[in-house]
Amino acid sequence: MKINIYVLPKFSRRFIPIWRRNFMVWKKMAASSILGHLADPVIYMLGLGYGLGGMLPQIGGTSYIAFLAGGTVCYSTMNSASFEALYSGFARMHEQRTWDAILNTPVTLDDIVCAEIFWAASKSLLSGLAVLLVIWLLGLSHSPLSLWIIPLAFMVGLCFASIGLIVTALAPSYDYFMYYFTLAITPMVLLCGVFFPVDQLPPLLQNVSSILPLTHAIDLARPLLTNLVPPNFILHIAVLLGYALAGFYLSLVLFRRRLSQ
Amino acid sequence: MNAVLSARNLRKCYGDHVVVDGLNLSIQRGECFGLLGPNGAGKTTTLRLLLGLISPDAGELQLLNHAVPQQARAARVRVGVVPQIDNLDPDFTVAENLLVYGRYFGMKDSEIEARLPELLEFANLTNKRDAKVPTLSGGMKRRLTLARALVNDPDVIFLDEPTTGLDPQARHLIWQRLRELTARGKTLLLTTHFMDEAERLCHRLAVMDNGRIISEGSPRDLIAQNIEPQVVEMFGEQAAAWAQEHAARYAQRFEVSGESVFCYVTDAQPLLQELQQHPQLRYLHRPANLEDVFLKLTGREMRE
Repeated sequence: MKINIYVLPKFSRRFIPIWRRNFMVWKKMAASSILGHLADPVIYMLGLGYGLGGMLPQIGGTSYIAFLAGGTVCYSTMNSASFEALYSGFARMHEQRTWDAILNTPVTLDDIVCAEIFWAASKSLLSGLAVLLVIWLLGLSHSPLSLWIIPLAFMVGLCFASIGLIVTALAPSYDYFMYYFTLAITPMVLLCGVFFPVDQLPPLLQNVSSILPLTHAIDLARPLLTNLVPPNFILHIAVLLGYALAGFYLSLVLFRRRLSQ
Repeated sequence: MNAVLSARNLRKCYGDHVVVDGLNLSIQRGECFGLLGPNGAGKTTTLRLLLGLISPDAGELQLLNHAVPQQARAARVRVGVVPQIDNLDPDFTVAENLLVYGRYFGMKDSEIEARLPELLEFANLTNKRDAKVPTLSGGMKRRLTLARALVNDPDVIFLDEPTTGLDPQARHLIWQRLRELTARGKTLLLTTHFMDEAERLCHRLAVMDNGRIISEGSPRDLIAQNIEPQVVEMFGEQAAAWAQEHAARYAQRFEVSGESVFCYVTDAQPLLQELQQHPQLRYLHRPANLEDVFLKLTGREMRE
């Protein structure tokens, strides 16, 4: 009786205990984790926002630092989910063999991958909250619609966790992750409008940018911070969720293949 | 039949390499069954097949009346596993490890808490309840892994080389605990390459090599079926030379391994009398044991 690794994932509530396990570990080092979530975006926003922003005119009617805020919130949430899915996920799968322990119980690999994605998205949510707090405290947004950043952060987390797990499933070691950060994440940051508007790019690169998930996240975040309903928001949500579902399925197939050896 | 576990013609290949080659197995309730074999014999792969973690290329498998791997999840609700390599959660204390693991079985926190004192006592870890895993000794970690495998009060417990890497004191404590489990009616399936462990613990054994079971029975039966009852081991520089000349006259079978000679005999007296004449040959006379059977069946070459 051969099991087909391409069957669609089966959802069960058994992923919840795994999410709780990761949360329990996180609680033990919550202080340093929260500090990290806060420090990185604050340094970026203050440094680039005031430093670089002092030399720049307004962008689309807002100050440069307010423009940067929308990019930073997406960039931070993307990074949180990516680091969790790659480094921490790999540690749990490979180094600590936590997955092996879990797989000996009535929990399946489908549940584990699902839990990893929801956990990484939860870290994104936290990171999004931290940046939003900074944005509010700096007075960069007074928009009630900015509260929508909270669910958006979770969705960006789902998207980049799913994509990141594909890399984890293929990785022979931690060193491999450098390729992903150098060849995927860094170009994405530069192409998707974190630091400058996408329309500054040549047309070809604008086309590339339009299919990258971070672009769609930023197209949602930036209007929300200035109290506008994002144009084409259904499309942007569909793209982010599409990446999340495709990444979930593909990473699951790759994990099934890897762990059946 | 109250077979807790049965496998028929189980087969698993990785590429061209046949790892499990037509394996048949039947384990009864309350039995301690040992799977013996050199490294690479296919023991761990067999365990992974039996748990439904990998799917066989051919064959049928039932565990606790569930077809595996199709209904492996339902079967694993009543199974506990002690893996070969420790995979405890290093960030957690002893008690937290048990709590978190119990949740994977769908147990409520209150249910797990209620079982904790008994589990900790069984593992001799009551006063280590709040110790973090990295501070535990190797023996303590193994006992915690054993306690973790019991958190769901399983009917069947799989143990993959449960005492590898432990000192004698720690091994004896594990053995005592495993005997207590069989006394409580639990079914145990363990793999090992320690023959004394198999001989002490197992009601029934199967010797595995190259993916096949090459002999099966109680420890006594295996010895009686496969080998002469007495062994005279000789050591020293001249032992091999002497054996090449004379051993065939006194022993049904003999093997030379480096500077040691193993003579397998039904009646050791003539050989022992002869050895009195050769005081330069040191020797040891003992009954045949499982290790002799194992080496006869699987050969003396190294497996790497």
